[in-house]
Amino acid sequence: MTYNFKETMNKEERLAPGHRMCAGCGGTIAVRNVLRGLHEGDKAVIGNATSCLEVSTLMYPYSAWEDSYIHTAFANAGASMSGVEGAYKALKRKGKLDDTYKFITFGGDGGTYDIGLQSLSGAMERNHDMVYVCYDNGAYMNTGIQRSSATPMYADTTTTPAGTVGRGKEQNRKDLASIIAAHNIPYVAQTTFVQNFKDMHVKAEKAIYTPGAAFLNVMAPCPRGWRYNTPDIMEICRLAVETCYWPLFEVVEGEWVLNYEPKKKLPIEDFLRPQGRFKHLFEPGNEELIARIQAETDRRWEDLLRKCR
Amino acid sequence: MALKDRMSGNEAVAYALKQINPDVFPAFPITPSTEIPQNFATYVSNGEVDTEFITVESEHSSMSAAVAASAAGARALTATSSCGLAYMFEPLYLASSDRLPLVLAVVNRALTGPININCDHSDSMGVRESGWIQLYAENNQEAYDNMLQAYRISEHPEVRLPLMVCQDGFITSHAVENIELLETEDVRNFVGEYEPEHFLLNKNESYALGSYGTSDYYMEAKRAQAEAMLKVPEVVQAVADEFAKLSGRQYGFFEEYRMEDADRVMVVMGSAAGTAKDAVDMLRDKGEKVGLLKLRLFRPFPAKELASALSGCKAVAVLDRAESYTNHGGPLGADVMAALFRARSQAYAVNYIYGLGGRDFRTDDAERVFAELQTVLDNGDAGETYRYLGVRG
Repeated sequence: MTYNFKETMNKEERLAPGHRMCAGCGGTIAVRNVLRGLHEGDKAVIGNATSCLEVSTLMYPYSAWEDSYIHTAFANAGASMSGVEGAYKALKRKGKLDDTYKFITFGGDGGTYDIGLQSLSGAMERNHDMVYVCYDNGAYMNTGIQRSSATPMYADTTTTPAGTVGRGKEQNRKDLASIIAAHNIPYVAQTTFVQNFKDMHVKAEKAIYTPGAAFLNVMAPCPRGWRYNTPDIMEICRLAVETCYWPLFEVVEGEWVLNYEPKKKLPIEDFLRPQGRFKHLFEPGNEELIARIQAETDRRWEDLLRKCR
Repeated sequence: MALKDRMSGNEAVAYALKQINPDVFPAFPITPSTEIPQNFATYVSNGEVDTEFITVESEHSSMSAAVAASAAGARALTATSSCGLAYMFEPLYLASSDRLPLVLAVVNRALTGPININCDHSDSMGVRESGWIQLYAENNQEAYDNMLQAYRISEHPEVRLPLMVCQDGFITSHAVENIELLETEDVRNFVGEYEPEHFLLNKNESYALGSYGTSDYYMEAKRAQAEAMLKVPEVVQAVADEFAKLSGRQYGFFEEYRMEDADRVMVVMGSAAGTAKDAVDMLRDKGEKVGLLKLRLFRPFPAKELASALSGCKAVAVLDRAESYTNHGGPLGADVMAALFRARSQAYAVNYIYGLGGRDFRTDDAERVFAELQTVLDNGDAGETYRYLGVRG
């Protein structure tokens, strides 16, 4: 498949402007680019865990969604889409429906890594024909930047504030893509906003059109929570990939594939420095903390290389 | 033509569902309701139904998937008991607030702790304010009949609210009794096709649900929901009347058993009514003026009709198979007494908590209640109105 940036970007928007997401929000960018993976003419039902995305795009009496859309609750996005997909199968079987529908659910890292993990795991294990997209901004941003299990180590959040004793979140982030890959579903991929969205577009389309369950983990920076200069989102994403903090990979039918290997891996400081949530790490005496993040990033990268070999 | 058979309450509900042939059944097993999805899985496996049977990983997910399937335009349901119902607490509210027709087969069981698998009503009483319609059954026949009427009520355009069909765990869910079944063709004609107005898989329009409702809109949404509930009694009665023509079995909001000229009446729900009817018969044989009112429709609560039915009696005992820790009685007691108060009833009313965690309720328990009501009348004083039945110490 050849990727045509202009053509892709000119596809009709399925998330209408006028919603209330923040300017420069990575979540919205993730949604718009995943939906560009849908073929024109194909219908979709969009699901959503309670999140910034939900409260900002479906505030009564308005909807920003061109497609049918369902939000139910925080912990059950996987289960809800299972029900919609089940209804689709049943209505098709009974001859009440003949159109082609695709099923795409969005959740933040709170709704996906944490409170909704059980529901997601169930939906993936049952292999419903759906795509679950996590827009991972590494904290509970909707409630005001509390730590999640996706928050990187030593990040300053409102429940892990850096203080005179506290150093930010003490724990490592959960590796959700590996957890979902361990469900042995047809397609798992991790991506973010790089390379003119080619990586993301290709993966979204594959995820949507692979029969069975698919999972996309999209790093979606949050300017409020990460505290970088808002217009620099693409640079932040590039640095996440070039430092190997956020590698681009796919797991296709159990086969791990590395999609991009930096020519020269950048030091993790390059990713951390522009972000206010890591500011305390650059105070004198905290060099060791950065060294630990570097060591963990290296360990995970080596582990990924082994899996992809 | 009616078919005579022998079935447990769970088998009867599963069989009713087979006859209805719903679209989506997300299920997670929990004692004592497990046989409903289990029996249904056999129907699926043998190609006897067209239903999409989704074996989810929890009750939060079974209710969520059922809610979403209904939103998608399917006729959906699930079944549960006890902590399973408690775990559904959040998605129950989605069904009612999104005005989604849905049926839940509840097999009543105590809530933990201590952990207990036997019958009481604390599970469904715990969700009585969730905006669901609740029907209670005395026996397997009523569980079957209520299930057949459930979608007609829930899907009614004026209603569009979810409905729980409750029966007593083990006492009726597992006890095998005689039952009269309807022909499947008659059931399908009676239940009819589900024709939703707005739904996710409608090719003619996209549809969004699950809005964020700010203070500007939230209260109107809740009032609209309450107004739908106001329409329920009329629909329940109309469906019951139509069902009576088909089955010969007449239902209403409640059953009045030997209430004519009764001065002492017991108000009860579920299987205990069967036991209490025996006691009523025995006491009537001795010339005592006792009667029984068995409530079928608990939500919405038929307050006026109930007060009117009780208007001739002098003493009422309300039996609650659940605690509510108000220090003055159980949930049914509270509703019945409020109804009597509003109707300016002069009857004495007392409230008993009985049968928790499967504690037996026997005919002599029912007789004791009537005897104590007689004492109330003799003393001209209700005395303690918050009482326990069948508890040690």
